[in-house]
Amino acid sequence: MDEALRKKILANPKYQRLISHRTGLARRLSAAMIVVYYGYILAVALLPQQMGAPVFEGGVTSLGFPAGVGVIVIAVLLTGVYVFQANRRFDPLIREIVEEAR
Amino acid sequence: MRRISLTAGVAATAAAIGPAPVLAAGALDGPVTKQATNVTAIVMFIAFVLATLALTWWAARRTRSAADFYTAGGGITGFQNGLAIAGDYMSAASFLGIVALVYSSGYDGLIYSVGVLAGWPIILFLIAEPLRNLGRFSFVDVLSHRLTERPIRLFAACSSLTVVAFYLIAQMVGAGQLIQLLFGLDYLYAVVLVGVLMILYVTFGGMLATTWVQITKAVLLLCGATFMAVSVLAAFGFSLDALFARAIAIKGSTRIMMPGNFVKDPLQTISLGLALMFGTAGLPHIMMRFFTVADQQAARKSVFVATGFIGYFYILTFIIGFGAIVMIAGNDSYLLRDASGAVTGLRGGGNMAAIHLAHAIGGDLFLGFISAVAFATILAVVSGLTLSGATTVSYDLYSRLVRKGQADEVAEMRVSRIATITLGVLAVGLGILFEKQNIAFMVGLAFAIAASANFPVLILAMFWRGLTTRGAVAGGTAGLVTAVGLTILGPGIWVKVLGFAQPVFAWDTPALISMPVAFAVIGLVSRFDRSVDRAAEDDVFEEQFIRSQIGIGVSSAQSH
Repeated sequence: MDEALRKKILANPKYQRLISHRTGLARRLSAAMIVVYYGYILAVALLPQQMGAPVFEGGVTSLGFPAGVGVIVIAVLLTGVYVFQANRRFDPLIREIVEEAR
Repeated sequence: MRRISLTAGVAATAAAIGPAPVLAAGALDGPVTKQATNVTAIVMFIAFVLATLALTWWAARRTRSAADFYTAGGGITGFQNGLAIAGDYMSAASFLGIVALVYSSGYDGLIYSVGVLAGWPIILFLIAEPLRNLGRFSFVDVLSHRLTERPIRLFAACSSLTVVAFYLIAQMVGAGQLIQLLFGLDYLYAVVLVGVLMILYVTFGGMLATTWVQITKAVLLLCGATFMAVSVLAAFGFSLDALFARAIAIKGSTRIMMPGNFVKDPLQTISLGLALMFGTAGLPHIMMRFFTVADQQAARKSVFVATGFIGYFYILTFIIGFGAIVMIAGNDSYLLRDASGAVTGLRGGGNMAAIHLAHAIGGDLFLGFISAVAFATILAVVSGLTLSGATTVSYDLYSRLVRKGQADEVAEMRVSRIATITLGVLAVGLGILFEKQNIAFMVGLAFAIAASANFPVLILAMFWRGLTTRGAVAGGTAGLVTAVGLTILGPGIWVKVLGFAQPVFAWDTPALISMPVAFAVIGLVSRFDRSVDRAAEDDVFEEQFIRSQIGIGVSSAQSH
């Protein structure tokens, strides 16, 4: 990549928009995942009694079960959100930036 | 009770740390008894081997160039790659081991499943796409993009081979013990058989065969596990609560619904979480899968597919574990009893919970199927590891360093095949050597090194413009040395292997210390680096960053 091309891409507002949007999304989703996962770990480590208590009156399924499955489901959903956003918003931008750089 | 929880603890650590084999190794700390030869299982397994050899023959005719060998020519789709990545994670040990863990301690099995999965979203958000855009055959390409090639490739090749070696030995030992358990085959024959088959797959079929063997096995395992979980649920009118209630009645305590012993120490648990989360992002045999797809869109899709399948699989293992509690109990063909008639364990050891359940559900036929799938799983995982090690030797070391990128393709292919065979023979030899050793620390160590040496260097090479070559090599080495050193001083080696009474370092996983050490040394050395290093120049970083984001100038893995 020569200097002219690099400068051209850097100056493209679409490139700036892509970087700020993607970085922002990646940071927010990473933070969400880290909070959810370590929140869960701290909950099972520090509140085992509460996590072991039944969810429903009269049932035996403990709160920990939906919590653990919930973290797994959230992990899958967050990756889904990222892929959906990237396909819908970032890919068209990337195509345009590459096109305009020619 | 104390004894049981100790064994389970080892298994748990293993499960938590590794997609697998430690688990196998850990859970196999207990008595391992060779099983009677299982004919159905052997017939099913031979069918699988014949199918994969046909696949290898097909792949061999399509593996002509180095690019074909390393990355299947970039022709794997996002969905296929996602299945293959999931296959790398759903190893025999994570299947048998997590079911065994749930069978013995109930809820805790889920905590480890969650830990194994939580790293994948982070990999997607931060690493997957830049990795695809910057690398060609191995993740070391990404590092040498702006760092000085010779020192950084040498460092990364060393740390990658270390990771692969520990992981591979653990897999081989786990494989030998498992096969002895499942098929009644001698340990020696089992290890040699695994070695020969994996050498055949990788040498002739390269990445194409390795990927399709992994996909085939992933589909078989997902189908088998789904069938087991549905059968268990069907027996309870699809009411989870009824299943749990019956399990509590059998165990005589609601403790199995509650988080238990493994999370007594939050700091250690967090350290484990770090190793899992970021170790995954630093495993060479996982990262190489991102170069088998055409572009960043496919790389992205493959992580989504992989996360979905892995998550689904771990939820199944939890149900299967409870199914084992309920359906194995009271059947003396699965249980061991002492003189007074009290149940002391499972026939064949704790890892057999899933296997016994398969028999309880579907008789000899389904037992044979699940055993064959477990063996297939081992084969697929060791093949991926071997290919990753061979790539490091023939591409990173031979082609890029020795021949300075001028190697001719035929010679490079020859080196990669020699490397595969050498690695295979070494793995078999070490597998035999370590048969009676306590190797439970090995997968944990592989993850700790990946998280403390590979990951910090990789992420900073992608995102920190101040990084210099000296900083990367010094910090990565510091992370490597700290991870290895603390593991030697920790319970896994200092106590269990060397036989001292007390560990010098109390934790099983050093990542909470070794990762910050790596980052700090990289940062400090880079900051005070006075050498002339183009890596830290603004325009060099900008160029790499642009390429990592939009894939402009990306080298297609396609060879034609």
